[in-house]
Amino acid sequence: MDDLTPYLVLSAILFSIGAVGVLVRRNAIVVFMCVELMLNASNLALVVFAKQHGNLEGQVAAFFVMVVAAAEVVVGLAIIMTIFRSRRSASVDDASLLKY
Amino acid sequence: MGGEFTAPEFAWAQLWPLLVVFGTALAGVGVEAFAPRSARRLLQAGLAGAGLLAALVGTIVVGADLTERGDGAARGEVTAAGAVVVDGPTVFLWGLLVVVAAGGLLLFAERRVDAGLPVFAGQASVPPGTSASPAGAGGAGDAAGAGGAAGEAPSYERWEHTEVYPLLVFALAGMMLFAAAGDLLTMFVALEVLSLPLYLLCGLARRRRLLSQEAAMKYFLLGAYSSGFFVYGAALLYGYAGTLSLAGIAASVRAGAGPEVLLLAGTALVLVGLFFKVGAVPFHAWTPDVYQGAPTAVTAFMAAATKIAAFGAILRLLHVGLGDARWNWTPLLWAISILTMVAGVVLAVGQTEVKRLLAYSSIAHTGFLLTGVLGLRAAGDLGEGQVGSLQAVLFYLATYGVATVGIFAVTTLVRDPGGEAGDVARWSGLGRRSPLVAGTFAVFLLSLAGIPLTAGFVGKWSVFAVAASAGAWPVVAVAVTCSIVAVYFYVRHIVLMFFADPPVDPPAVVVPSPATSVTIGLALVATVALGVVPGPLLDLAGHAGSFLR
Repeated sequence: MDDLTPYLVLSAILFSIGAVGVLVRRNAIVVFMCVELMLNASNLALVVFAKQHGNLEGQVAAFFVMVVAAAEVVVGLAIIMTIFRSRRSASVDDASLLKY
Repeated sequence: MGGEFTAPEFAWAQLWPLLVVFGTALAGVGVEAFAPRSARRLLQAGLAGAGLLAALVGTIVVGADLTERGDGAARGEVTAAGAVVVDGPTVFLWGLLVVVAAGGLLLFAERRVDAGLPVFAGQASVPPGTSASPAGAGGAGDAAGAGGAAGEAPSYERWEHTEVYPLLVFALAGMMLFAAAGDLLTMFVALEVLSLPLYLLCGLARRRRLLSQEAAMKYFLLGAYSSGFFVYGAALLYGYAGTLSLAGIAASVRAGAGPEVLLLAGTALVLVGLFFKVGAVPFHAWTPDVYQGAPTAVTAFMAAATKIAAFGAILRLLHVGLGDARWNWTPLLWAISILTMVAGVVLAVGQTEVKRLLAYSSIAHTGFLLTGVLGLRAAGDLGEGQVGSLQAVLFYLATYGVATVGIFAVTTLVRDPGGEAGDVARWSGLGRRSPLVAGTFAVFLLSLAGIPLTAGFVGKWSVFAVAASAGAWPVVAVAVTCSIVAVYFYVRHIVLMFFADPPVDPPAVVVPSPATSVTIGLALVATVALGVVPGPLLDLAGHAGSFLR
C-alpha cells in the first residue's frame, strides 16, 4: 500500500488554515468558508483512513459530512443575510452589542 | 474492500418514540406549506403538543419493557447497525428531554405577556427599525438608518413565524438522537440536527431584533466552528480504531492496537465539540450572548435541553467509547471542570443583566456536572447504596432542567415598555409589588444555588459525593467553594427583590396565559418535590442502569 502520510499532513494543514482563518478573518462569510474548509479537511482525513483500514465506513462518513455541511450553509447564509440586511455589514467585529 | 451490504436490523419497538418526534416535525413542515395562515398557529401548536405527548407515552412504554442484557447491569437494544442504542440512560434522557421540550412548547405558544402579540418576530426578513417590526431599546439606534421604505409595506405585526413549532420538534428529535447515538457519525449528524433549528430560533425574537440576530450569528459561527473540531476528532478516532462505533473504539482501546497519538488528539478534538455544546470554559464565550439575545422562550428550552442531551452524549462517549482510556482524559476533565466552575461563578458576580446572570450560573452548573462525570468508576467498585456517576449526573440534569425552564419562564413576566426588564436594578422591590412572582423566582434561584429542601441541593450533593468517592477531592473542594460563592449572587438578587426600594417607574408584572402559568407551576412543584422527596427519581435514575456497550 502507498504511504498515506502526505495526505494526512495535507488534511492537517487544511484544517489548521481553516481553524486559524476563523479566528483572524472579519467577514462572516469568510469565517464561514473557513469552517467549511475544516469540514473538508476532515473529509480528506476520513477518506485517507478508510483507504488505510480498507473499509468503507470513512467514505460513507465523508458523504454524511458533505450533506450536513450543505444543510449548514442554508441555515448559516440565511442568518448572515438577515444580519447584513439590518446592519449593511457582514463584519463579525461590528456585531458587538452583546458583550461581557 | 468489497463484500456484501446487509440491511441493518431496526428494533422498531424501541425506536418509535424517536421516530414519532421526527414524524411530527416533518408533518409540521407540511402544515406550514398547505394550511392557511390563520389556522396555522393552532394547528402547529396542537400537532407539536400531540407529538410530544405520544413521545412521552412511548418513552414510558419503551422504558418499562427493556430487555435485560449481560449481567443485568445494562438493559436495552443496540439497533440500526449500532447507530442507535436504546438503553436505560437513553430512555431516562428521552423522558427528560420531552418534558423540558413540552415546557418550551408552552412558552412558545404564549401570547398574553406581550399585549396579545406572539413571542416571535412577525417577519424575520424585515429589517428592524421599520414600522413593520418594532425594534426595542436594545438596538434601535444604529438600525434607524438601515430600515427600508416602510410607508406602504404591509404590517407584519400580527403575523407570527409558525415555523418555530416544527423547529422546536426538530431540535428535540436531534437531541433525542444525540443522547442515543452509538457511533460518532450518528452523534455528529444528531449534533447538527439539534443545533441548526436552535440557531434559527435564536434569531427570531420579536423585541430587540438586533440583539437577537447578533446572538444567532454568534451562536451559528461558533457552533459551526466547534462542530468542525468534532468531525476532525471523529476522523482521527476513526484512524485510530478503524471504525466509528463507540463499541469498536472501546475494543481498540482495550487491545491497544492503533497509534496512541491519534487516540489522544481525536479524544481532545471530539471533547472540544461536546464541551462547546454544554458551555464549558474555555468554550463558553457564546453562552451569555446567546442566552441574552435569544427570545426567552427559546433560551428556556435551549439552556435546559441542550445541556441534557450533550451531557448524555459526553457520558456515553466517555463511559462506553473511551472508558478504558480513562487515565488519558481524567486530568483534562479535572482542569476543565475546575476552570468552568471558577470562571462561571466569578464572572456571574459582576453581572447586571438577569439573563446573562443566569447564563453564567449555567456555566458554573456545567462545571458541577463535570465533577459528576469525573466520578466514573467500574460498577463493581461501588459500595452498597452508593450513588453511581451516571445516576448522579442524570439526577442533576433533571433538577437543573426543571429549575432552568421555570426561572426563564418567570423572567418573561417582568416587562418594560420595550420588552423584558433585563436590568437587575429594575427588579428591585419586586417582592413588595408582586410577592408571588418574586417568591417563585426566589425558589428557583435557591434551587440553582443548591439550598437544602430544593432539588438543586440533592443534585449537587450527589455529584460531589460521587466525585469525592472516586478520589477527585481537590475538584470537590473547589466545587464546594464555588457553590458558596455562588450563593452570594443568587441571594443578592433575592435580597434586592424583597428588601430594596422599587425604582421610580417600576416594570409591569404581567399575568400570563395558562400556558406559561402551567409551566412555571409544574416546574415549581417539581423543584420543591425533588428537594423534599428525591428518592423516587434517584431510584428511577438508578434503575436506568448503565450504558449498553
